[in-house]
Amino acid sequence: MKRAFLGEFEEIVLLTVAVLDEAAYGVTVTQEIEQKTGRAVGFSTVHTTLQRLEEKGYLASQMGGATAERGGRRKRFFTLTATGRKALVDVQQVRTQLWEALPPQTLQLMGY
Amino acid sequence: MNQHSQPPRWATRLLHWLGHPDTREEVEGDLLELYAHWVRTHGPRKANWHYTLSVLRLLRPLAKSRHVPEYTTPFLLSPDMLRNYVKIAWRNLIRHKVYSAINIGGLAVGMAVAMLIGLWVWDELSFNKSHPQYDRIAQVLENQPLENGTQTFESLPFPLSTKLRRSYASDFKYVAVAVPMDITLAYNEKKLTKNGRFSEAAFPELLTLTMLKGSRKLTDPTAVLLAQSTSNVLFGAEDPINKIVDTGDRRMAKVTGVYEDLPRNSQFNGTAFIAPFALLATSSPGIMTNWKSSSFPIYVQLNPASRFEQVSAKISHVLYEGSKDPVKPTLFLWPMRQWHLYADFKNGVAGGGRVQFVWLFSIIGIFVLLLACINFMNLSTARSQKRAKEVGIRKVVGSVRGQLISQFLSESVLVVAVAFILSMGLVWLSLSWFNQLANKQMAMLWTEPLFWLAAFGFSLFTALIAGSYPAFYLSSFRPVKVLKGVVRVGRLVALPRQLLVVLQFTVSVTLIIGTIIVFRQIQHAKNRPIGYNRNGLIAINTSSLGRYDALRLDLLQTGAVVNMAESSNPTTDVWSSANNLDWRGKDSNRQAMFGTVSVSEDFGKTIGWTIKEGRGFSRKLTTDSLAFVFNEAAVKLIGIQHPVGEIIRWHDKEFTVIGVVHDLVMQSPFEPVKPMVFMMNNERTMNTITIKINPEQGAGEALATIRAVFQKYNPTVPFDYKFADQEFATKFSGEERIGNLASIFAILAVFISCLGLFGLASFMAEARTKEIGVRKVLGASVVNLWSLLSKDFVVLVGIAFCIATPIAYYFLNNWLQQYQYRTEITWWIFVVSGLGALGLTLLTVSYQSIRAALMNPVKSLRSE
Repeated sequence: MKRAFLGEFEEIVLLTVAVLDEAAYGVTVTQEIEQKTGRAVGFSTVHTTLQRLEEKGYLASQMGGATAERGGRRKRFFTLTATGRKALVDVQQVRTQLWEALPPQTLQLMGY
Repeated sequence: MNQHSQPPRWATRLLHWLGHPDTREEVEGDLLELYAHWVRTHGPRKANWHYTLSVLRLLRPLAKSRHVPEYTTPFLLSPDMLRNYVKIAWRNLIRHKVYSAINIGGLAVGMAVAMLIGLWVWDELSFNKSHPQYDRIAQVLENQPLENGTQTFESLPFPLSTKLRRSYASDFKYVAVAVPMDITLAYNEKKLTKNGRFSEAAFPELLTLTMLKGSRKLTDPTAVLLAQSTSNVLFGAEDPINKIVDTGDRRMAKVTGVYEDLPRNSQFNGTAFIAPFALLATSSPGIMTNWKSSSFPIYVQLNPASRFEQVSAKISHVLYEGSKDPVKPTLFLWPMRQWHLYADFKNGVAGGGRVQFVWLFSIIGIFVLLLACINFMNLSTARSQKRAKEVGIRKVVGSVRGQLISQFLSESVLVVAVAFILSMGLVWLSLSWFNQLANKQMAMLWTEPLFWLAAFGFSLFTALIAGSYPAFYLSSFRPVKVLKGVVRVGRLVALPRQLLVVLQFTVSVTLIIGTIIVFRQIQHAKNRPIGYNRNGLIAINTSSLGRYDALRLDLLQTGAVVNMAESSNPTTDVWSSANNLDWRGKDSNRQAMFGTVSVSEDFGKTIGWTIKEGRGFSRKLTTDSLAFVFNEAAVKLIGIQHPVGEIIRWHDKEFTVIGVVHDLVMQSPFEPVKPMVFMMNNERTMNTITIKINPEQGAGEALATIRAVFQKYNPTVPFDYKFADQEFATKFSGEERIGNLASIFAILAVFISCLGLFGLASFMAEARTKEIGVRKVLGASVVNLWSLLSKDFVVLVGIAFCIATPIAYYFLNNWLQQYQYRTEITWWIFVVSGLGALGLTLLTVSYQSIRAALMNPVKSLRSE
């Protein structure tokens, strides 16, 4: 079975979109990542990644209503697609399997 | 907190231009939101920095939109839309019948005129081109430096041909004397008088005749080649080869070939036979070695490597070496490509000629076409203003600009297409009539790709130009404004239209003036006193009959003839000239040219010349065989006031001047009368018998009587006569043809201009309906309104007239300069043309303006 390939940052963005649920668009995703990870990510990087994920079919997007504060410009809201959710689950499963396969002494060393 | 700080505008702009088009809106919005956030958290400076950096990272200058809209905008040229455009265009045409008729009709007439002129120009330019060696054929001509400038002659001595052939074999492929002559061909009982050529053997090769039967060879001195048409008449279905025909004066010859008739637009058209020169010269073989007798045209074909100019320089001295003529003539080659269009020689150089008419008519054609196009443009722009509302509605309903442009363009393309088809029909119908008028046999160039290219190119061009204004200007209107009625199409739009009207009428008025002056010039020359009485004069072309005196007595006895005389040429031409007359006190270096005419004693009485001084010829005085009668021009030339009694030496004989007659116009009626000498010289051949018919008998009856007598005396020759007045009239045919063509084109130009004016006037009247209504209510009279509406156009035509007058004067004055005997350009011609144009304008405009002025104001003001 072919597995979805997700880069690390892609995975973070995808997860963030999932976390934000209905309110995921460029700005919130960027700020959420900055807050949660403490990483200084540029908006352009996030934007590009969102575009790429949409191209890969993990995200879907639609335009929101007009808002006053952005000069009347609409927001593009992102939501996970079924493929996107499956990709996250896949990644999660791979991790879990790998974690479970860790020898107990290594786990002990890691403080578990 | 700085709430009001703004991100750098250039960065925002940059992003707008070069960002990815598909995500432009949200990216711009997101960045603005982030910017506000950065200002709050980091301050405006940092925020600006972040913003700019992000923008630069988000530039996607090469990105193309991958956006696929939910509803595709229809493909502009999809068949459905095209059908719709044509349908709407068609409905528009039908709805405005008058406009459409004016538009299409005017354009069709203009196109038809342009096409006819194009055909004519094409025909003129392709003259002689059917000869396979067109680029290498030339005629040898002679330049004589004479008193009144260098004169050019085509008649050359026979041995020159032999000399050129022998000495310049490397340059000339063929050299041939080919002298044209009317002869009576006879086979059994069939007789036929035709023009053909007696030529040297190389002539058929030089022309590369297309042989239908037999061969081109003409080496046998008793052979003859016949044109197909001649052969058909003489032999019918019989095989003409090896049949013996009489080629006049019992010169029997054997037919050795039949060639295809030379095409109509060839200089050699109508050459019914080609016979060896030796056949003609059997009676006087001396002519073939005589350098003194110049009467033969010589044609050459160059070898591929030789050039006309170089060969001209090489052979220029050859004639003088042979003839030792003291005038020192020089020779040169006149290439075939110049024969037709550049046949006027001025000081020994081929300059103008028909090429001037080619230019003239091309210009007229272009102008007529231009007039039609102007109409088309004016009417479509004028009308387009009325369609502003339509444009508004269409836009509201969802038309894209591209569709509106296509809509308007397809309308004008449709109109032009209909006009083009109509014009083809017009040309097809009028071609035979035009051929008659222009004396040509032109056919439609259906198979000529250039014709189709020009036609389609032009149609498309007109359609695009005329359609461009409504298409591009109207389609740019904002629907809101249009529907509110805010759009005012101002003066600037009317200005080009007015300019175009001025241009139209400038051309028309110029053509009217031109036509009047051409006809006045013709009439002027026709009214010129010719010095003799043409009425009832007939000329019969015949070489010496031998029994002239008996014939004369017989004819006079019938009562059908008042008087008759013999002469060396008809009264409507002069065939020979001399430059070697010597008189008392003549400067020996002068090369004065006189026309010489040999006549019998009754010549003067027959044609009715008027004697100014001295007396005419008399048979009773034997000394009159050495007597001259001068005309006034000759008297002026020798510079002796009363020459009667003077002795003139000519060919080593002494002639006495016995009389002076008033000038006789025998040659071109547009030129001054040449100095002429009349003599009773029995040694020269008499070629013409001139007969004065008894005016009391009808011409038909008299001619029948004369014919009977002639047949008795000379049964082998068909009785062939020409009326002097008809012959004289042919001298005007060239000028009359131009006059007729010019007047037709002028009428058409005026017609087209008036058509346009009519359309414009009706548009104006319609656009000002409300204004007229209000004015009427306030008490304006019909005359007031009429002058209000007509004034604009009258002013335009007035301006056009002011421009046209100097232009017409300049060109026509130049044209008249080529005639020595010419009419004056008087002021009343301009006044008449101006008044005519003005009258036509008023007539055209008044129909519309009076109709508008008579309208009931209640009706025009009620509708809103």
